[in-house]
Amino acid sequence: MVQQLTTGERQNALIILLFVFVAGVAMAAAGGSDPLGVHGVIVLLFGGALAALVMRSYYEREPTQDRLSHYYDDPIKAGVALTLAWAIFGMFMGVWTAAQLAWPDLAFDAGWSTFGRLRPTHTTGVIFGFGGNALIATSFHVVQRTSRARLAGQVSPWFVLLGFNLFCILAVTGYFMGVTQSKEYAEAEWYADLWLVVVWVTYFVLFLRTLARRKEPHIYVANWYYMAFIVVVAILHIVNNLALPISLGQAKSYTIWAGVQDSMVQWWYGHNAVAFFLTAGFLAMLYYYLPVRAQRPIFSYRLSILSFWGITFFYMWAGSHHLHYTALPHWVQNLGMTFSVMLLVPSWASAGNALLTLNGAWHRVRDDATLRFIFVAAVFYGLSTFEGSFMAIRPVNALSHYTDWTVGHVHAGALGWVAFITFGSLYTLVPSLWKRERMYSPALVEVHFWLAVAGTLIYVFSMWNSGILQGLMWRTYTEEGTLAYSFLDSLVAMYPYYIARAFGGLLFLLGAVVAAYNIWMTVRAVPVAAGRQADVPDSGLAPNTVATPAE
Amino acid sequence: MDIDHDTLVGFAKSWGLFYFIAFSICVVIYAFWPSNRKRFDDAKRNILDRDDRPWQ
Repeated sequence: MVQQLTTGERQNALIILLFVFVAGVAMAAAGGSDPLGVHGVIVLLFGGALAALVMRSYYEREPTQDRLSHYYDDPIKAGVALTLAWAIFGMFMGVWTAAQLAWPDLAFDAGWSTFGRLRPTHTTGVIFGFGGNALIATSFHVVQRTSRARLAGQVSPWFVLLGFNLFCILAVTGYFMGVTQSKEYAEAEWYADLWLVVVWVTYFVLFLRTLARRKEPHIYVANWYYMAFIVVVAILHIVNNLALPISLGQAKSYTIWAGVQDSMVQWWYGHNAVAFFLTAGFLAMLYYYLPVRAQRPIFSYRLSILSFWGITFFYMWAGSHHLHYTALPHWVQNLGMTFSVMLLVPSWASAGNALLTLNGAWHRVRDDATLRFIFVAAVFYGLSTFEGSFMAIRPVNALSHYTDWTVGHVHAGALGWVAFITFGSLYTLVPSLWKRERMYSPALVEVHFWLAVAGTLIYVFSMWNSGILQGLMWRTYTEEGTLAYSFLDSLVAMYPYYIARAFGGLLFLLGAVVAAYNIWMTVRAVPVAAGRQADVPDSGLAPNTVATPAE
Repeated sequence: MDIDHDTLVGFAKSWGLFYFIAFSICVVIYAFWPSNRKRFDDAKRNILDRDDRPWQ
């Protein structure tokens, strides 16, 4: 990894890591016994360990000048490994918390392992750890291939990837210690948030500079989606996390927003995290890896442009549907509801575009489990966007809000759409990235596919059942006009569904473990494919001849 | 002039609406502009190339 860097770049990397190390020391000194101090130690260890890694290879041979005629794949490979590690961690925490709901004793009477602390480790682990690393890795791959240009930096891709992972580590370790901003999907505290701003701006600049180097005249639509993901997440993250720490030596901070404005900013952030983190970036994967895997161009490129702008402009306004029947002004609730319903149009345009691309290649969908992952992702994308628009309608929301139906909806999207498109993309990406002819075991891809399908269906159906049951029990009145069921009655009724949900999640986790093993063995055991190495740039020379300078 | 709730609602319901409609018209024109057809067709086919090195 370090071998790809010149001596000057190795020095730059060391200087950056020195800054990280010093920041860690300062945090540890200022924080003392506060959780901030613990995080300081984590930061200094992180910086120190990476610096040791760079120094170990510091005097190794420099790369030859022809590295610019190759794509920069090392950070992508590390990103794939991190994606899988976070997938297993995040999904395991999900299964554990799901099991705690059925069997509360699984908290083992400790503070760090209570449901309230473990739940954000699951959401951060899967959304940011698994999803975020997958987005960074695939965006580096797609932007290079579709622009026909190498990444516009040697150290900055590593800074983005590893810096983002440092943010995830700070977030997750903080939750165990009770550090939280109490904002959903934005629980990490102020210092981690500031760090993420630096990382994200670097990501934005790197992506733009790579696009500026492109040799293709047109910017392929997948890059537009990645760009929307990067730009909007930066805006959301900064606005929602504006906060004042109680002191520079403490982890705790208070948001500058107050009352219902705080709720509105939070759900403007929260819903657009779904829109631009969990949708736009993954649509980018869909628009690249689906055509590549199916070896068919996207059904309608124009439709992909129209749905891109539709999604970008509609989603921004949908967040207030999380605050129906609250102190939020009625017209703002209506606004969110209307835009949520309108969103169905661009969402189904994308899902339909994907399915129509597959039309005529159904035999491949039948035979190739990887393409089937992508197909199922498109179907679940269509289903969960329909469900989301429906649930945003105020009277429907009266039944669904605060129930497990919401949890089922989120997981239809997160498992059925986000995880399926990610695994479909990874199975397409890994053999080509490591120049292998195929995956280690197509049978294990098949096993993963069916574990994931079964897990998702069990999960989603149990949550639909329990959610609607909850909603109905909470609004059933007796003839005397009092509530027929206590909250506890509804809790007892959830018991079988919570067991089923934990089981569904377990199947999905097992699938991710199978994927990690299969990808590991592909890299370790499958021989390098001869055909892929013979791919040569469009230089007008015959294959396998080396370009020599003119005499 | 006081900026109150009604001012903002009025702004959102008039200019917000116009800018959305104007923007959507621009996007439709861009997507269907005849001379863009070749560019889009090339874009969707070129990603399927087997070529795996940057162009020089």
